[in-house]
Amino acid sequence: MSFTKNLIEGTNFDHTNLNALQKVTLRAVVMAFLFYGLVAIEGMIMRMVEVGHSPLNPVPDQFFHPEHFFSIMTVHPIVGIFGSTYQLVFAAFMFLVPYLTKKPLYSIKLANCVWLLITIGTALAWIAAFVWNYAPLYTLYWPLPADTHQFKVVGGIVFVIGVALIMVGTLGFIYNIYATIFARVGVHKNKTTKELLISGFGVDGMLNLMNKLRGKQPYTKEPALALPVVAIFRGTVDTFLDAIVILAAGILILVYLVFDASGNALDVTAVDALLYKNFFWWGLDLVADGLVLIYVAGSWYLLATLITGQKLFMENVARAALMLELLVSWMVWSHHLLGDQGQPEMMKLISGEMVTAFELLTQGLALFITLVTLWKARPLKMTMELKYLLGGLVGFGLAVPAAIIQADMGMNRVLHNTQWIIGAHVHIALIVGLYMTLYSALYVLWPLVTNNTKLYSSKLSNAHFWLHLIGGIGMGAFMGMAGLDGMLRRHLYVDGQFNPDMVFAAIFGSMLLLAWIIFLYNIVMSVGVKGLIGIFLPAKDKTASYGIEEELEPADDPAFAN
Amino acid sequence: MTFSNSAELLSFHWVAYSIYAAMIISVVAWFGYNLTRKEAKSVFRIPFYWYMAFLVAGGVGHHIFTYNTIPWVSQDIDRHNITPDAKYEFEIEDHKWINLPKKITIQCGETVEFDVHSRDLVYGFGLFRKDGSMVMQMQVNPGTDINGILDSNDILWTFHHNGLFDLTSTEYSGPDEYSEDGEDLMLVKDFVEVVGCENGGAK
Repeated sequence: MSFTKNLIEGTNFDHTNLNALQKVTLRAVVMAFLFYGLVAIEGMIMRMVEVGHSPLNPVPDQFFHPEHFFSIMTVHPIVGIFGSTYQLVFAAFMFLVPYLTKKPLYSIKLANCVWLLITIGTALAWIAAFVWNYAPLYTLYWPLPADTHQFKVVGGIVFVIGVALIMVGTLGFIYNIYATIFARVGVHKNKTTKELLISGFGVDGMLNLMNKLRGKQPYTKEPALALPVVAIFRGTVDTFLDAIVILAAGILILVYLVFDASGNALDVTAVDALLYKNFFWWGLDLVADGLVLIYVAGSWYLLATLITGQKLFMENVARAALMLELLVSWMVWSHHLLGDQGQPEMMKLISGEMVTAFELLTQGLALFITLVTLWKARPLKMTMELKYLLGGLVGFGLAVPAAIIQADMGMNRVLHNTQWIIGAHVHIALIVGLYMTLYSALYVLWPLVTNNTKLYSSKLSNAHFWLHLIGGIGMGAFMGMAGLDGMLRRHLYVDGQFNPDMVFAAIFGSMLLLAWIIFLYNIVMSVGVKGLIGIFLPAKDKTASYGIEEELEPADDPAFAN
Repeated sequence: MTFSNSAELLSFHWVAYSIYAAMIISVVAWFGYNLTRKEAKSVFRIPFYWYMAFLVAGGVGHHIFTYNTIPWVSQDIDRHNITPDAKYEFEIEDHKWINLPKKITIQCGETVEFDVHSRDLVYGFGLFRKDGSMVMQMQVNPGTDINGILDSNDILWTFHHNGLFDLTSTEYSGPDEYSEDGEDLMLVKDFVEVVGCENGGAK
């Protein structure tokens, strides 16, 4: 097939054969990867600024200006975490929950609203920074977001509306997921809400364990919900709480900005900065320590069972651990406040150090269970999904201890707010740990979501894998080393003070960018431009499930109300 | 074993984490290779409970280790019961240091309290060596008590090595901290000088 024909037609992808669930999944995936590219470009711009002025540096002078630099730094995590990661995770779970529970998704219309709201919201937040240089950073430390001496009110209002839309979209996702899980149709026709709740919280796993220890029969041999669905259920609790906290912070900022615009500025000291930090970090930390870790653990379990075709090792322990992680994730936020001298010492010790260290156990357990499940099924073919899964395990194997090390009153004094935490922990956790897990899921789900579309090139897939893995680890490592050398994470350096660390970080960062281009090229050549457009056209087949007999969407099903 | 300053701690940390990182990457690579081999046998078996005990020991042991080897941890927890050798108190407003001494000279081994107040935004207080590495830092939160007195952000620090340290804010407080060319306007060069340590090292 010629290049042009391949580019237009793809391999054997036919968008007209996709059902509504497949299409809505692919729409969110497409947006997620477009936002990922934007994030990679933003990251490279910031990295090149930190390399410093040089005749070889292609970045225009305007990016070295603080307003511009910090505008990029503000939207970088918004686009990366919400525009890309949230969309990708939500897309995967809106497909997987119906697939695993063998029930239709509650509402395709709502699923469409979710990706649209998150896309529009992310775009608005980006525009607020690009047009009006609104740059309070994602931390939104009070009262900076309401500081109208530094920022234009209109920029702030557009930014808050953007983030609020993302959160409303998130709430839509949550509703859709829970409505699907609790729908008493199909295999759950005879299940009660109580049974589904017990299973969702992992209580059945804990009761099975206790009964085993007491020599009794298991509480249930067939839990109501599959383990990955339990992880999705559990992680979504934290997603909900996080959305509420961010929405509340947004309303607070909006009230101050609107009053300021009306000429009746409110007193910003009415809100205690440290209390606000506690409230905000409690919610924001649920993204990292609740949502990501739990969703990732669930994804590992699912991938390990799908790749090996075998039952998960120690499934009851895994179920119980997910319940434990629920409690742990609610009590760890103080590790972000170890540098705040007004924070009570006991909170630093208990929440910031001791409970946070528990994450080593919960994540370590997920790692152990996944590895043993894989090991017991050997020999395995080194498929793309297995490669990416191992990459994801390496990512979290590196990133979680990097954070635990810093969640310590001694270490935090010299590492807080440095590039260590954003490089060695956050970027390795997200780029290597989370994204490689998601790529693994993508390769597993690809035949299901695209009706067995042939991938254009496995060589390109391999090139993407190695560039992403080496680029991600390398960039995070050199950012981390710069942090140990004293480089701050939310600071502007224009003279290359932390070279050669930043030069190496930029080289590895460009590998990540190249990896994304290769991946995108491979996908476009597989589905074709026609197919890509077709994904966004209405589906003729309105089926909201995959792999089961055609059923009505529960939202349209009169039986659903009963 | 005790770290006498943060430079020693950071060097130790660099080595320890690099070894760990190389180890975990190698283990997963080895694991991945053996997953594809039918004849692969476990080199060693890791009993589950031993593995969990190892993680618990790692998580708890890390804090016990740092508490006993990093002197500023216990000093920080107990700082309200310690009388410093000297105290310096100043404020920040509109990205400017207020009442900041031009230079502070500290004798080797002296314990100094820095008490910083913010009149508007969240800032940071951080001292840096000439090579850019961090001596220490804390957050500076704004706020007042019911009598309108500015909240304290206080830190005790004992200096064990000679040196000339720069001061800057370690927390982002908006683009106004910088000039249009990106110069850090809160950077105070040579703010602290520590003298009197024998051979420049610990007394």
